Amino acid sequence: MPDLGKYAVPVLGSYAATIMLVAAVILLSVWRSNRVRRALAEAEARAGKLPE
Amino acid sequence: MSIWGYANPKRFMDTSARVLPWLAAAAAVCLTLGVIWGFFLTPDDYKQGSTVRIIYLHVPAAMMAINAWVMMLVASLIWLIRRHHVSALAARAAAPVGLTFTLIALITGALWGQPMWGTWWAWDPRLTSFLILFLFYLGYIALWSAVEDADAAADLTAVLCLVGSVFAVLSRYAVNFWNQGLHQGASLSLDAEENVADVFWMPLLVCIAGFVLLFVVLVLLRTRTEIRARRLQALLLRERMA
Repeated sequence: MPDLGKYAVPVLGSYAATIMLVAAVILLSVWRSNRVRRALAEAEARAGKLPE
Repeated sequence: MSIWGYANPKRFMDTSARVLPWLAAAAAVCLTLGVIWGFFLTPDDYKQGSTVRIIYLHVPAAMMAINAWVMMLVASLIWLIRRHHVSALAARAAAPVGLTFTLIALITGALWGQPMWGTWWAWDPRLTSFLILFLFYLGYIALWSAVEDADAAADLTAVLCLVGSVFAVLSRYAVNFWNQGLHQGASLSLDAEENVADVFWMPLLVCIAGFVLLFVVLVLLRTRTEIRARRLQALLLRERMA
């Protein structure tokens, strides 16, 4: 770990904020992707049983 | 095959499914390498001290905040001119990612500015235009959600995107236009006199590559989700009418 001296708070704060925001946008994107994919698979299965 | 072939949702889904894992792996490698290199293996700057390490987050995030809007502008123009749905959905998919990068740039900029400039915030041309760009991102996302008809929403958000592009350009070139305010000029330049020192340059390039790849991965993933959501909506409508 490098010695950040008196600037440790802004430097570590920047890294913490960035990691949290990037993690949040990745997790939200993956979560919504999975949710929509499941819902679409169910709807397509139902649609197969619907009369044309 | 021309690029217009990807206006076909099926072709877009097939191709993006093939490239996504590779791009995601490349993004993870570049981000990990760049951050470890920049944070642990570079020295303090003679003026900025250890705060120079914020450059590895702030500069790539700010670049991608502007470039994401430019990508949305191109996609919006394609929608307005050629009416390709995939391009409208790609613009919609990019907005939350661009918003996140804008927020990262604003937060890391404020955290760097407090010790270096003595203030978290100044109504400087570049900072102000960047804040307005952030508000445009919020407005763009809200407008997509507020309009029920998908094509009307795509039309309205495309026009909003055109207007917001003024601030995307301003936030990039404000320093050159007004030549005043606290924010310094570009950290990356072809002019060796203006460019950051070599020791910071390489890890910064790796971090920029990581942020670009992360953006591409998230936009592809989210565009795939939007295409599926559009199909789901059509199926649910058909169910209700049956």
